[in-house]
Amino acid sequence: MNEILEVKNISKKYQGKEGEILAINNVNFSIKEGEFVSIIGPSGCGKSTLLSIISGLEEKTTGKIYIEGEEVNGISDRIGYMLQRDCLLEWRNILSNTIFGLEIKNKISKESKDYAKNLLKKYDLYDFIDKYPSELSGGMRQRVALIRTLTTKPKILLLDEAFSALDYQTRIMVTNDIYEILRKEKITVLMVTHDISEAISMSDRVLVLTKRPGTIKNIHKIDFGIENRTPINCREKPEFSKYFNTLWKELGVDEK
Amino acid sequence: MKNNISKERKEYLRKIRIRKVIILFFQLFILIGFLALWEILANKQIIDSFIMSQPSRIFDTFLNLSSNDLVKHILVTTYETIIGFLIGTILGVFIAIILWWSDYLSEIFEPYLVVLNSLPKVALGPVIIIWVGAGMPAIIVMAVAISLVVTILENLNGFLKTDKDIIKMAKTFKATKFQILTKIVIPANIGTFINSLKVNIGLSLVGVISGEFLVSKAGLGYLIVYGGQVFKLDLVMTSVIILGILAGIMYGAVLLLEKIITKTRFSN
Repeated sequence: MNEILEVKNISKKYQGKEGEILAINNVNFSIKEGEFVSIIGPSGCGKSTLLSIISGLEEKTTGKIYIEGEEVNGISDRIGYMLQRDCLLEWRNILSNTIFGLEIKNKISKESKDYAKNLLKKYDLYDFIDKYPSELSGGMRQRVALIRTLTTKPKILLLDEAFSALDYQTRIMVTNDIYEILRKEKITVLMVTHDISEAISMSDRVLVLTKRPGTIKNIHKIDFGIENRTPINCREKPEFSKYFNTLWKELGVDEK
Repeated sequence: MKNNISKERKEYLRKIRIRKVIILFFQLFILIGFLALWEILANKQIIDSFIMSQPSRIFDTFLNLSSNDLVKHILVTTYETIIGFLIGTILGVFIAIILWWSDYLSEIFEPYLVVLNSLPKVALGPVIIIWVGAGMPAIIVMAVAISLVVTILENLNGFLKTDKDIIKMAKTFKATKFQILTKIVIPANIGTFINSLKVNIGLSLVGVISGEFLVSKAGLGYLIVYGGQVFKLDLVMTSVIILGILAGIMYGAVLLLEKIITKTRFSN
């Protein structure tokens, strides 16, 4: 498999009135095509900043980012980004929300619209295309938000705490739904989360960041050895709690 | 459907209806009672109808609309208010957009807006008259002066408070600033805009009347001042009542516009 994303020597310094703050220090990692990678770390370690930098929303101070071997600066068409909240536009119906990204990129065509409609059909949202976001449940809204991102056919999807705004039960269900969609569409994912079990249940690898200035402390390979793995069925495996303890300890040392 | 209504539901609906009737009854009672009391006290000469006027005389004045040129005065005031309202709203929203676009400009102009906002605009009356002449333009400028700054501040405030995450979402699709403005900031602030319309229609009327007090030869404000000077209190009272009705109608028109906007908004 090819390395689809490479992050090299990324550092980020914030300039404030009080002085400089080094938020991220020399982060290096890469992701292979089709992989699901999570980043966890103590709060304030700059994990969301790292994601913003990769997405191009924020400037980096030093370092380089390569996607499919090409260096990128700024926001790339090959990256999709999903925020904590679904950010659906309340005044647009579901179809119109779904194609919002295409509209912004001036890529509305018969094909692209059909592609969006097909995704909606595939993931049980087609009956709702004339409804408004306020008429949908939290889980459905999050699925619409995901499909909105997928319509522009990104190579990598960045998830920024994408499920933490949901209540626990919905969250488990939505995680499962979204995971299945991502696997079916063969999307490479980089997810930032503060939830250790969420990271373990979804990822192939977990990157652990140190506290500020964030740098990579360790990379854990997660393997349950089961086919058709889902975020729910791997929670039942004995390895799950083993991974959990390892990661918990690794984060815990830094909290002190 | 009718068979599905349960007893409790019927009872509930009945209670709501009764409540509505009671409220309407007292609203009318207060109005009619007030007018009747006024009329009776004036007839019994307990109050001086020369100073206080009286409902029947107001009604007579109202009936003689044409001989008093009332229609003309109403039209003049309405015209001035609508023009002032439109200019104040459009210009205000336009300036708010410019200030949203450039955070430099909005920071530079912030203290000026704050001062202008708290300054009683009527104080500018004499200046306006000297600059644009004593006539209808001065009245319209007064109406604009009163509504403009509030429109700018209210809309700018709304624009700046637009959900940051939604703007971020649009940016991840490489949205330009213009797209963010037209596809997110403006549609997200339709509510703010309608609110400023509601405030503005009232403010424009205030501006027009105070303008008419100062300079005009026509309009309800002129009638009120004229009536006061010649002690025709019937005329003053009639004008005030018509002004009230006019304000109500204009506000109603804005409410209608609000309905139309919300309807078209949810039918894309």
